Amino acid sequence: MKGTNLGEFEELVLLTIAALVNDAYSVAVCDELEKHTGRAAKLGVVHAVLNRLEEKGLVKSRMGESTSARGGKRKRYYEVTHAGKVALTKAKEVRESLWNIIPGFNLEGSL
Amino acid sequence: MNRFDSQNDRFENQPDVPQPPRWAQRLLCWYCRPDLLEDLQGDLNEYFERNVKAKGARRARLIYCLDALKFFRPYTVRKPDFINLFIHWIMIGSYLKTSRRSLVRNKLFSFINIFGLAVSMSVGLLVIAFVSDLRSYDDFHEKKDRTYRVITTYQTPEQPSMDLASTSVKVGKKIREAVTGVEDVAILRNGFGGDATVGETNVPLDGLWADASFFKVFTFPLLEGDPATALKEPYSLVLTEKTAKKLFGDVDPLGKSVRMDTLTYKVTGLLKDVPKLSHLQFEALASFSTTDAQFARKDPNFYNWDNIWQNYVYLVLPKNGDPQVVQTTLDKLNKQENTQLASKKISISASLQPLKTIALGRRMDNPIGPTMTPIVVWVLSGLAFVIILSACFNYTNLSIARSLRRSREVGIRKIIGALKSHVLGQFMAESVIISLLALVFSFALFLFLRTEFLSLSPFIERVVSLQLSVQLIFYFIGLATLVGLAAGFLPALFLARINPVQVLKDVSGLKLFRHITMRKVLIVMQYTFSLIFIATTLISYKQYRGFLTLDLGFKTENILNIRLQGNKGDVLAKELAEIPTVREMSKSMMITSLGSIHGTSMKYKNPQDSAMVWLNLVDEHYLPVHQHKMVAGTNFTLRPKKGEESEIIVNEQVLKRFSIARRNPLKALGEQVVVDKKNLTIVGVLKDFHYGTVEKKIEPVMFRYSADEPGGFLNVKISATDLPATMERIETAWQKVDKVHPLDAKFYDDQIEEAYSQFSVMIKVIGFITFLAICIASLGLFGMVVFTTETRLKEISIRKVLGASERSLVYQLSKGFLALLVVATLVALPATYFFFDGVVLTNFAYHQPIGLGELLTSVLIIMLLAFVLIGSQTLKAARKNPANVLKSE
Repeated sequence: MKGTNLGEFEELVLLTIAALVNDAYSVAVCDELEKHTGRAAKLGVVHAVLNRLEEKGLVKSRMGESTSARGGKRKRYYEVTHAGKVALTKAKEVRESLWNIIPGFNLEGSL
Repeated sequence: MNRFDSQNDRFENQPDVPQPPRWAQRLLCWYCRPDLLEDLQGDLNEYFERNVKAKGARRARLIYCLDALKFFRPYTVRKPDFINLFIHWIMIGSYLKTSRRSLVRNKLFSFINIFGLAVSMSVGLLVIAFVSDLRSYDDFHEKKDRTYRVITTYQTPEQPSMDLASTSVKVGKKIREAVTGVEDVAILRNGFGGDATVGETNVPLDGLWADASFFKVFTFPLLEGDPATALKEPYSLVLTEKTAKKLFGDVDPLGKSVRMDTLTYKVTGLLKDVPKLSHLQFEALASFSTTDAQFARKDPNFYNWDNIWQNYVYLVLPKNGDPQVVQTTLDKLNKQENTQLASKKISISASLQPLKTIALGRRMDNPIGPTMTPIVVWVLSGLAFVIILSACFNYTNLSIARSLRRSREVGIRKIIGALKSHVLGQFMAESVIISLLALVFSFALFLFLRTEFLSLSPFIERVVSLQLSVQLIFYFIGLATLVGLAAGFLPALFLARINPVQVLKDVSGLKLFRHITMRKVLIVMQYTFSLIFIATTLISYKQYRGFLTLDLGFKTENILNIRLQGNKGDVLAKELAEIPTVREMSKSMMITSLGSIHGTSMKYKNPQDSAMVWLNLVDEHYLPVHQHKMVAGTNFTLRPKKGEESEIIVNEQVLKRFSIARRNPLKALGEQVVVDKKNLTIVGVLKDFHYGTVEKKIEPVMFRYSADEPGGFLNVKISATDLPATMERIETAWQKVDKVHPLDAKFYDDQIEEAYSQFSVMIKVIGFITFLAICIASLGLFGMVVFTTETRLKEISIRKVLGASERSLVYQLSKGFLALLVVATLVALPATYFFFDGVVLTNFAYHQPIGLGELLTSVLIIMLLAFVLIGSQTLKAARKNPANVLKSE
């Protein structure tokens, strides 16, 4: 099923949420992604991905306290669920197992 | 929830901090799922604040809008509330009941609403039927979407280029032979016709020449005969059912012969009658191969590229064929042929026109069937739209004004649990129901209007039938629903916003006059339209009268033009001369000033310089009978036989065009011009007169001598005494000369009126629309006046008790309305004036000035009507006994 696999961007978002720990809400995720990947993360796209991740059960969300910033609107904080952690680890393992079978990988040779 | 609302308010109400655009916020609230909304709003706000700092308020707003739009995704969109729809459904009975009660209770207002909507919609129905007829022209052809007509652009150095519906035979043959990607080509030629004789029966026929592919291109079903061969052989004739019946009665016509003039045709096919909505209209088809034998042998130019005046070529592309490909080939062909025409300095280019744009498309010269330009459709639709809008305004105005009466009902509904959307739905439904009710009346009106419209002019009757169809009925219902929704939207919104607590506590707290500005604007618009219409009608009528009474440069009174229909003019003249009331007679090839034109090119000394000069062939009596004024010279002195003429009479414009004798008429006499390769001496110079219709400028005209034009006219000047007896004697005289054709005689003045009939039709249409617009606007005003005086009755009574006079009360009540009318006048009159002065009348070379008279008259009519309406109601209110009003408190 398509739903169980992590897309590349989904994986990035999920990792960012995990990295931000207690401060993972949409705008922060966007900023963090931009900082690390260097590519512009569109709010709409991130939102859609967050929504999808929640549907897949990889993250869960809760509403924060309201403050005077953001026009008094509350933030929605995300947290990686157990299933999310499993998915991340699995993705990492897949990559590592692939890396392990590449013999003598160096960047200079590919030039 | 409340907590956030208050914080939200604070955020929005800080004046110095830039705010996101309100509409974008609203949009987001509207479409977004409630559980996602707050989060999204917050994110957008955060970004907005950030952008304000980084990029400025303007850009931040723009980005906010774009983002709000971008968030519109399947997962964010609110699911439709099915439960709400269901509630609407079960409440419909209740809505119907209350609507009916309120309709019956307020008879005057219901009448104004329903009557206005019905009348205005009937015009809409007419326009829908008209447009739908035009759009369904030629729909019966099976290959209609891939059929094209070859049209021609004719360019000479002298005149602006002409677009012709006709083309050359050559282009048809070339396409057939050389162009790939064309399924079939049909070549047609007009001008087939004359008197068909079978035994003793003699029937005039009007038809087309068509070649054998005709039935492959067009879907005209043959009842008898073989479509593949019917038009193959020369002298074959295919008749329509109706014509066959006229010629042969009930006898099977197939294989029989029909005599036309000197030729005998054999009937090879019997055709179902041509549908009314076909741009090709004919009573009979003759095989095109006949023309080869008849014309091509005599006329060496018959198959030339520049013989483009009488032939029509249609082609069918194969399925998925590309007209652009054919057009490219045609362009090549055009180029190739035009290099050969270079010496004549003309260029003739063929191009394709889709079949469906023939009847409703641009007007072209040499049309084969009726054409209606889209502008006519747009104007008619525009008029209908304005009228319907006016009626909608009435509904909106009166419903909002009277919403007081319904506010308690709405309050109770809301308290029981109705949502805003339910109330909105209820009142929208009510207005749709009223509009559908109005549709019933308007349909009856439509049936009446239809006959009136068709009888407006023979042209309209020929072009459209306005028959009802299922599709049309659906359009009608669609229109009514749309009108209902448009008219009911604002009142419904107004009622839906009512605060139930406030209404039930104290009805007078309802801000009834809050939308008074909007209502005033609507009334001003209605009256502006009415004034524009009435001024337009009056101005157009004056122009039309101006056309009819303009001095043409010659006299037309009591001149009867008799079409000779092939008879010898002299023979008829001899018979007519015996009638005592016939005073003078002349002969002419054509009747001038009616719009038809006939021209030949003329040269003066310079052989390179030729120009088109309009022409009439007349005899020596023509100028005196019509009292043409001579500037110099004499009438024709010689009476040459055909082909031996040497004299010519020209108008002043000819001298001007060729600068003959430096435009001195006296010196121009005796000068020679070349026409049709003949040297003709100018013997007379005519004062300029209107050869064409008066909207055209006066152009060069020449008169040449011809004593005998069998296709022409006999101009008979008769005394005005005892016309019926004279006409009767002329009729008898005609029958002695011609037993076959009925007499075709018309008075010159009547013919001129006919020539401008399009204007009289237009004036009638606009006049009718004006009448409706004024009626509807007056009804609306009346309703508003009645309502205002009713609600202010107590105020009036108290004023009266305190000593106000009736006059001051009437003034008090009506001044608001009169101010509106003044505003409408100030908008409408300049608008009309500039529209006519700058746009319409520039198209007419000779027109009357726009007088203040018409404009003032229109204001006067409207004002008078409004005065009567307002005055009668306010006076009635002012005269009421205050004691009666005030005691029932």
